[in-house]
Amino acid sequence: MSTTAAKFPFEAGTETLPASPRPAAASASAPPRAPAASPEPRLTALLKVAGARVVPPVAVLAVLLLVWEILCSRAGAGLPPPSRVLAETWDLIVDPFYDNGGTDKGLFWHISASLQRVALGFAFAAVAGIALGTLVGQSVWAMRGLDPIFQVLRTVPPLAWLPLSLAAFRDGQPSAIFVIFITAIWPIIINTAVGIRNIPQDYRNVASVLRLNQFEFFWRIMIPSAAPYIFTGLRIGIGLSWLAIVAAEMLIGGVGIGFFIWDAWNSSKMSEIILALIYVGLIGFVLDRIVALVAVYVTRGTSAQ
Amino acid sequence: MAYLDISDVGISFTRSGKTSEVLQGVSLGIEQGEYISIIGHSGCGKSTLLNIVAGLLKASTGGILLDGKEVNSPGPDRAVVFQNHSLLPWLTVRENVALAVDKVFRGRKSKAERRAWIDENLALVNMLHAADKRPAEISGGMKQRVGIARALAMEPKLLLLDEPFGALDALTRAHLQDQVMEIHARLGNTMLMITHDVDEAVLLSDRIVMMTNGPAATIGEVLPIPLERPRRRLELVEDAVYTHARAAVLEFLYARHAAPALAA
Repeated sequence: MSTTAAKFPFEAGTETLPASPRPAAASASAPPRAPAASPEPRLTALLKVAGARVVPPVAVLAVLLLVWEILCSRAGAGLPPPSRVLAETWDLIVDPFYDNGGTDKGLFWHISASLQRVALGFAFAAVAGIALGTLVGQSVWAMRGLDPIFQVLRTVPPLAWLPLSLAAFRDGQPSAIFVIFITAIWPIIINTAVGIRNIPQDYRNVASVLRLNQFEFFWRIMIPSAAPYIFTGLRIGIGLSWLAIVAAEMLIGGVGIGFFIWDAWNSSKMSEIILALIYVGLIGFVLDRIVALVAVYVTRGTSAQ
Repeated sequence: MAYLDISDVGISFTRSGKTSEVLQGVSLGIEQGEYISIIGHSGCGKSTLLNIVAGLLKASTGGILLDGKEVNSPGPDRAVVFQNHSLLPWLTVRENVALAVDKVFRGRKSKAERRAWIDENLALVNMLHAADKRPAEISGGMKQRVGIARALAMEPKLLLLDEPFGALDALTRAHLQDQVMEIHARLGNTMLMITHDVDEAVLLSDRIVMMTNGPAATIGEVLPIPLERPRRRLELVEDAVYTHARAAVLEFLYARHAAPALAA
């Protein structure tokens, strides 16, 4: 695959993940099934597998927390140790749903506001990105015309779009959504175009022997054939969106996890920042897994997990 | 006029300013129900000829008539069995055949009739048992059988087979050849097959079309195979007509028109 893709100018971009199984897929795959002789050996085998997967990260985490605790417990340390983080943010952790009006809300509301912006921006980017990617992948002239522009625009940092979009929309909410849109769209366009370009000639021949019309060809051949590539683009896109929303919200204010972090910084609440970062990381991970699972479902397992 | 009439077909490709003539002056008539094989060394343009008949390539000169109508674009009346099966991996075996059947018979057959027709064609190649499997889950020989079922299900006037058994092991290949012979006997399709296997050509064909080497390849000789049908491969091994035909093809391919790479 890489040899055919290499011919395509878009491949110069660093954002194209290989659609083939990644090393990550191996660790995420189902544990090998133990022979079902009797329930007890099976249980021990299951425990063994669980131990092999769960023990290493937990052990590493414990060591890291310990080092952090020791380093930051000294007097004059710039950051709070984990024990103090937990103590200071306990109220935030146990009650994420409080709402005292304004921006004084629980973490659930901040995260849900951020997720809504990402959902909207990403949805627009997915639709427009797949459409534009299809156009560029299908038509040589569209590629010649649009590719140079895309290659320049995609290097513009997400936040650089914010002032322009604020000027255009005159409101924080649509501006943030636009920043998400413009951040997520490039990898979707580029990967979709590569996927469309890599549709095997055999499938095109089948389509022309069957005399499929443009619409049928798009739905029956193009989209399923390019789906693994499209989903690679969508996965990169959702990751970038989540990166960009935190930064954008720091600037536009209002409710949102980015603003929450900025607000905590202004009040010197280091523990709250650390808690928010943990949440941001976990949610980013979950978003990535969701897109990956949708990919497996939609491509019926032909896409790498 | 013949059922399929290929008259004076030639094709040339231009790449980076250099024009190379691949086929020149190919003329051939095929009668309805005939089984024709085209044999030649690799690179002689036999697949190109098949693609022109299929409508996937446009001839530079000459023209093709099928049943009195000019061929200038691909269509289900000339179904192709592709060398590498070309099944769509995201569809099941039945869905692959259904894609063709639904497209070709929409409006002519009811949904239930189409479903029955799909199953009938899968049964014809003994693949009904795996109808709900995906191409990745079945063997190469099975995939090719599904490819044949898909092509047959379009009820083509002419069935084009592009080295249909080339990628298969010898045992599977023999088994599929027998199945194709049986289908040909039962349905009486007109078949045009590309092959590079001499035994396969002699066993299956009514006539063997032997191509000269490129550039500007053309038909060197057409050899009729006057063997009775049904043919059984075991009985043919010692048959005089069979051995003579086999020798004639070998003589053409290796004495008179040896592969350019080998001759050099």
